[in-house]
Amino acid sequence: MSVRVVFGSRASRAGTALCAVALVALAAAPFWGGRDDLVLLSEIYAYVALASLWNLLAGYAGLVSVGQQAYVGLGAYVLFGLAILAGMSPLVAIPLAGIIAAGVAIPVAFLVFRLRGHYFAIGTWIVAEVFRLLASQVSALGGGSGTSLPASVIIGLAPSRQLRDFLIYWIALALVVAILALIVLLLRSRYGLALKAIRDSELAATCNGIDVKRTKFLVYVVTAFGTAMLGALIFLQKLRISPDAAFSVNDWTAFVIFITVIGGIGRIEGPIIGTIVFFLLRQTLADLGTLYLLMLGAVAILIMLAAPKGIWGLIVERFGWQVFPLERKVVLEHFD
Amino acid sequence: MMEWINVILQGVLVGGLYAMFAAGLSLIFGVMRLVNIAHGDLIVLAAYLALVTTQTLGVGPLTSLIVVVPLMALIGYGLQWFVLNRTLGEDLLPPLLVTFGLSVIIQNGLLEVFTADSQKLQAGAIEVATMRLFSGVYVGVLPLLQFAVAVAVIAALQLVFYRTALGRAFRATADDPAVAQLMGLDNRHVFALAMALSLAVVAIAGVFLAVRANFDPAIGPARLIFGFEAVIIGGLGSLWGTLAGGLILGVAQAIGAHFDPGWQILAGHIAFLAVLAVRPEGLFPKVRT
Amino acid sequence: MPNLSEKPQPLLAVRDLDAFYGDIQALFGVSIEVARGEAVAVIGANGAGKSALLKSIAGLIRSRPDAIVFDAAPIGGLPAYAVAARGIALVPEGRGLFASLSVEENLLIGGQLNRPGPWTLRRIYQLFPVLGERRQLPSTALSGGQQQMVALGRALMSNPKLLLCDEISLGLAPIVVRDIYARLPAILGEGVSVVLVEQDIVQALKAAHRVYCLQEGRVALAGAAKDLTREAIAAAYFGV
Repeated sequence: MSVRVVFGSRASRAGTALCAVALVALAAAPFWGGRDDLVLLSEIYAYVALASLWNLLAGYAGLVSVGQQAYVGLGAYVLFGLAILAGMSPLVAIPLAGIIAAGVAIPVAFLVFRLRGHYFAIGTWIVAEVFRLLASQVSALGGGSGTSLPASVIIGLAPSRQLRDFLIYWIALALVVAILALIVLLLRSRYGLALKAIRDSELAATCNGIDVKRTKFLVYVVTAFGTAMLGALIFLQKLRISPDAAFSVNDWTAFVIFITVIGGIGRIEGPIIGTIVFFLLRQTLADLGTLYLLMLGAVAILIMLAAPKGIWGLIVERFGWQVFPLERKVVLEHFD
Repeated sequence: MMEWINVILQGVLVGGLYAMFAAGLSLIFGVMRLVNIAHGDLIVLAAYLALVTTQTLGVGPLTSLIVVVPLMALIGYGLQWFVLNRTLGEDLLPPLLVTFGLSVIIQNGLLEVFTADSQKLQAGAIEVATMRLFSGVYVGVLPLLQFAVAVAVIAALQLVFYRTALGRAFRATADDPAVAQLMGLDNRHVFALAMALSLAVVAIAGVFLAVRANFDPAIGPARLIFGFEAVIIGGLGSLWGTLAGGLILGVAQAIGAHFDPGWQILAGHIAFLAVLAVRPEGLFPKVRT
Repeated sequence: MPNLSEKPQPLLAVRDLDAFYGDIQALFGVSIEVARGEAVAVIGANGAGKSALLKSIAGLIRSRPDAIVFDAAPIGGLPAYAVAARGIALVPEGRGLFASLSVEENLLIGGQLNRPGPWTLRRIYQLFPVLGERRQLPSTALSGGQQQMVALGRALMSNPKLLLCDEISLGLAPIVVRDIYARLPAILGEGVSVVLVEQDIVQALKAAHRVYCLQEGRVALAGAAKDLTREAIAAAYFGV
């Protein structure tokens, strides 16, 4: 008797095809959309990617971090630093920011992994605060009030403004696709299987020979890598940086968490759904200001209490769909 | 030399306040393994409640405690009973996310009602009174009073936990919620009482905060972080350890501020990280047999 | 003129009880009765459902309200803390002592409900003198047998009408088990009815008036302890 592991189902193949079509349409956006559309889409991509990474960390590896803004800000500051102080092209600086952040994440992991559960969460927040305070001490990059990206750096990207907009948009799209692809590949690998095991029961996973600590460590560093690149890209587009904006808990953690929770934790499709819902809410309600945030908080609480698996979780329970082929099925080839 | 004594003294006095921030937090974690992310925002809420009380009733801040403490305790009971009890369980995401959502709601709710303007409670002449401790060393009467109250609160909590039936109920339910039920204890009620007690302490801390410094709706998270750092530095499971942790944090911040005002908070974070790196169980952890 | 053929109402009547651990059914239509002042033993192999029975009675597992009738009132649907308030005390499997509490504090919390009755701290120390000597020690510092005494004493502190004992002989040396069971007459003497779940059949038969034998979630045998033969018990126990 032999077995083979099969990913995907009919529904997931349909879903993947749909994604491919959507991807082509989105790549062509510069030709059918205006400047505002491109900026909005880039923002959406950034949040999808940030939420997917947070989902990987919290939903899969069980590391609930309330401090990912540390890496958003770090990536952004590294980009600005390299561009302003070393004259580096942003195109090179973005991946470099990711690598540097991964390096920083290693000693940080050493520290924060000494805490567990809720305490780990707050520990990550404190690390982000330390980064923020350190950043405001760097007068070369504007100290507490921040600084703008010099015109020379921007012009160096591409000859015309339109081309620059297109370029940044395509980089954003490429980055989110790359990050999602990375996550899917990771989850399909044996690390992914390990993560699922860890999520279900850490003790059982350890007993089955899984190096829980190393797996979590890997996920933390990879997430830092991706998050930092996103941070670099986001602030490249904003053209201006400040410690409060770069390390904002609200923008880079609260919203990300809400997106992931509303969309569905522990499932790849969750952050995508969550981001769509989040932006729909924002477009319709944002002028309500604090009331909007209040409602967001209330919605998050209600979802956690009533539908802890989020919108996609409900859909999966009802219909068993999956867009990304991740469910493993064991197929028996033949009996002997 | 005298300069340094004053610096450390200031640090110790504010450390008492931090210990109060921390006490409520560590109580809740001890009894039900819940970390309340909205803890700091609840301290700020108490400050605003005190503001409203002093303004509508025309009383001083200390008198306002008579209203604010029971009110916050009631809020705590209700919050636990209707919302937080539903999040308790194996998974740590629901309580974390719900209290996060709560934090956002409280901050923005306060912003809506009171705007972002800085507020402060006036305590009258006592605010500027000083007394001489010994030659060349003067302390403010108010900070000294607050410190004394902080120590008294921690001592009272110790008493409740280790000398009363309620404290026994807390410890038993924390040890084994199922067997505690066999003793006739309704877990939901015990947890709600614990939260009520925690918010009563938060109320006192909030009123003191309001008198001591300017406050606005956004300063909650920082208080949570100070309280949390005090708990970790001091060591989990020990209330006196939490007091020590608060004092150490206060002194670290004071020393940092002495070199450069912009380094005050950073110095506290570094002290926290140092303890985390070198002695993660804290300086005075309670060893469980 | 009293009707002599009428039996007095049992203190506890379990009728047609089904019990589930999640999706797994542990008990199938079990019925047992305990009269006032009686000691009833429930024996059976591992997995027979003995613990499930006690947990259902104590309210840790919810049942149909009328599946469990105690003191003429249906209690099947009540949560454990409400059942405890009615006068049922469970000595849980593995003792379940509170690790953060001292010996005396464990006993005191047993009396949390402040129900009236003969059992006080002093009475417990009379019953188990060795506990009085160690009252301030953390409960975990005691030997297995002494911990069992604490668990028993803690249950008695609530002045129950019905005491449920889940495998109190587990993990203890025979001499220690005998020591503990020697206290049973004193407990029964104060008017407490007892249900003993036991793997130690010899001890159970010696201590109880009546015996039920469970096998795979069903009552396989019931009768007065002195009337049951070895063969009948073995047959019911192992299902041969």
